[in-house]
Amino acid sequence: MNKEEITFQYLLHLGDNSLILGQRIAEWCGHGPILEQDIALTNISLDLFGESRNIYQYAAQLKGDNHTEDSLAFLRDVLEFKNVLLVEQPNIDWAYTICRQFFFDTFHFYLQHELLKSKDERIVEIANKAIKESAYHLKWSSEWMIRLGDGTEISHQKIQNAVNDLWEFTGELFIPSEIETLAYQSGIGADLNNIKQLWHEKVKAILDEATIQIPTNDFFQKGGKNGIHSEHLGFVLAEMQYLQRVHPGAEW
Amino acid sequence: MEINLEDIFQNKIDNEVKIEPRDWMPEKYRKTLIRQISQHAHSEIVGMLPEGNWITRAPNLRRKVALLAKVQDEAGHGLYLYSAAETLGMTRDEMYNELHTGKAKYSSIFNYPTLSWADMGAIGWLVDGAAIMNQVPLCRTSYGPYARAMVRVCKEESFHQRQGYEIMMSLCNGTPEQKTMAQDALNRWWWPSIMMFGPNDDNSPNSAQSMKWKIKRFSNDELRQKFIDVTIPQAELLGLTVPDKDLKWNEARGHYDFGIINWDEFNNVVAGNGPCNKQRLKARVDAWNNGEWVRDAANAYAQKRKNRVKSGQQAA
Ligand SMILES: [Fe+2]
Ligand SMILES: [Fe+2]
Repeated sequence: MNKEEITFQYLLHLGDNSLILGQRIAEWCGHGPILEQDIALTNISLDLFGESRNIYQYAAQLKGDNHTEDSLAFLRDVLEFKNVLLVEQPNIDWAYTICRQFFFDTFHFYLQHELLKSKDERIVEIANKAIKESAYHLKWSSEWMIRLGDGTEISHQKIQNAVNDLWEFTGELFIPSEIETLAYQSGIGADLNNIKQLWHEKVKAILDEATIQIPTNDFFQKGGKNGIHSEHLGFVLAEMQYLQRVHPGAEW
Repeated sequence: MEINLEDIFQNKIDNEVKIEPRDWMPEKYRKTLIRQISQHAHSEIVGMLPEGNWITRAPNLRRKVALLAKVQDEAGHGLYLYSAAETLGMTRDEMYNELHTGKAKYSSIFNYPTLSWADMGAIGWLVDGAAIMNQVPLCRTSYGPYARAMVRVCKEESFHQRQGYEIMMSLCNGTPEQKTMAQDALNRWWWPSIMMFGPNDDNSPNSAQSMKWKIKRFSNDELRQKFIDVTIPQAELLGLTVPDKDLKWNEARGHYDFGIINWDEFNNVVAGNGPCNKQRLKARVDAWNNGEWVRDAANAYAQKRKNRVKSGQQAA
């Protein structure tokens, strides 16, 4: 695989995570538990879409052949999506949404820091832009973890359940795909091992403060990075891509 | 010499001095404003739903981000307006309760379904367009907090209107299927948009008092005519046909003449029988009920923190 192809595939890993999580949390818009928090969550969704667009624009440029940010987002099928399983999990309720967000935000935040060391200038530029946003996302979701964990008995139970259920999707964040290994070796991508340790420290600190038990199971689901997803992603894409599929080639 | 509070109040209004929360005001003025501002706030919040319906299905990333940001703006409008209404002595939770129990109304336009992507264009163009007609004069309304909220709202509404028109333009310049979609959206949204200005003037019982208090500055019919006059050329530019066979330019009046509005339909939707009244209200009530444990948790946590700070201070 040449360097351009490695970069392209690596960008899909990055962009797909942000796109799919952005899409998931956009489902909340208009239905949030508190008006101010509806707005806050929408802000995060907007940031993630913005980041994925920057990434896809660069990827499309590398790929040539009339690729665009939209062809990458709307004309690839499930097997070609590289996002981790965590981000495609359904919203279920505020506790699951916050927990999924917190696990991802922690990863995303340290990932941006690692990517600042990339030899690829465009990747550095994109990370540099996203890093302030991810710091804010992490602050927001950390505060909610603590609020729910240390709130009422009901909220404590709900967030503990969410942590228990989503835990099995956290391991995949740090198990490198072949592309991630190649990208790291060629100086483009991040060292997931570095992030793993920082992630665990941060998650432990916040869960402790939130009085939430850290799950002890260490069996982790994986596959998303190689296009082997949960059943959820097909529906996310069917909904997201429907207009592009029904009206091929139309301009909007 | 006896000073009459009501005269002082009316004097201020006549001299275009804004009424502020701590000023004396007639009880009926306060009640009218609470009703109007809270209904307006509810309209912003319920108004998130029909367009929210298309966020996950927007046809490309640029449109998706723009739509999401637009719906978020409406949430922001709701916030400004709830805050303005709170200055008159009703809490946001009380206002929500009136919405959820059906006591408070919201704009009937949001009880129509969004059936195609073109509805995102038609809503921005027509519904936000009609809202602007109604709202620009409210930037000068006599109650200070309401007027100031409306200045912020109006800036964003005109942006929404342009964005909606641009969606229509893309569709009308697109494939035959897209153009059909655009015409269909205009067919369905035209009359409901015209009805957004409310009943005809001779049928609008509260208008005279609201005009005297300068809560309102133009009558329903004046605003409706103005909206039609600016919108028809826009439809022509798109190459779309407005679904009104009686529509024609009247040289003598200097305005468009238009057909008779179906007030039965309007009254039916106001009475709760529109195609989506039940779904819209249910969505709001569900969001509220499902969010209760979240709000409880936030309050409980805030209280715990306060207590910890207090006991920390006592220990020190
Ligand atoms: Fe608005
Ligand atoms: Fe608007």
